[in-house]
Amino acid sequence: MPKIAVVVFPGSNCEQDVVHALRAEGADADYAWHGDDDLGGADGVVLPGGFAHGDYLRTGAIARFSPVMHAVRSLADEGKPVLGICNGFQILAEAHLVPGALIKNEGLRFLCVWTEVTVEDTGTIATRACEKGQRLRIPINHYEGNYRANVEPRVAFRYVDNPNGAWQNIAGVSNDAGNVVGLMPHPERASHESLGSADGRTVLTSLIESCRLLQRA
Amino acid sequence: MLKPGISDVQGQVVERSLPALGWENVSGVRVGKHLEFEIEGSSVESIREQVEQMCERFLANTVIEGFRVDIDA
Repeated sequence: MPKIAVVVFPGSNCEQDVVHALRAEGADADYAWHGDDDLGGADGVVLPGGFAHGDYLRTGAIARFSPVMHAVRSLADEGKPVLGICNGFQILAEAHLVPGALIKNEGLRFLCVWTEVTVEDTGTIATRACEKGQRLRIPINHYEGNYRANVEPRVAFRYVDNPNGAWQNIAGVSNDAGNVVGLMPHPERASHESLGSADGRTVLTSLIESCRLLQRA
Repeated sequence: MLKPGISDVQGQVVERSLPALGWENVSGVRVGKHLEFEIEGSSVESIREQVEQMCERFLANTVIEGFRVDIDA
């Protein structure tokens, strides 16, 4: 059973949902504090959604310098799975662990809505269990999800109907190696039929399976 | 400031609001951040170098933002 650390920053608010959803899929998921130096030997890590450090200065700008980010970077450098959801994606972008940046939504609206995304690349740690072109119904919940990049990123997910003005309809990207993925939609909020969709499960099981495979390696 | 070419939705909203108040000759509105602080150092040059590093690493995200440093010695 792979061990997955879910980092809690001051202002994170989706960590319990992520831990619950990962445990429901059989992972040994537990919390890690942002001030810790290590991730307790975890096989993979999730940076959950929320408003780390109040989103002051820029989303993720202060969180990227949290002590735990050294351990997150080490894990990423080892090729282990790193997944950033929403604010976690913003933190990964600020830390340059994935390319690009997230600016305010087109229309200046905070968006808490269901979206449909297509899986563009099944070679990443968050899409391994998906099929290319598969449509997933997963909600977003953000003010700054309008993706911009000064390089061509490796695209993991695109919106079917672009809700926030994101460049090239990008909803999620990975690093070149595919082991660090950031996405704006919240798979943990679509992890059971009772929530309105269970499509996010395939993202979470992709992560768990990636951890399992790298654990064996 | 957001770099030229990065759409500044805040600036666009401010710009669209100005004609309603009677100012119809304003265009190209950009909204940015302004930080002020005191800093000790031996020369303006070394302080400028430090502040530019602070901007590159932390205060600005150079993927999307540019910055300008003004020093009152």
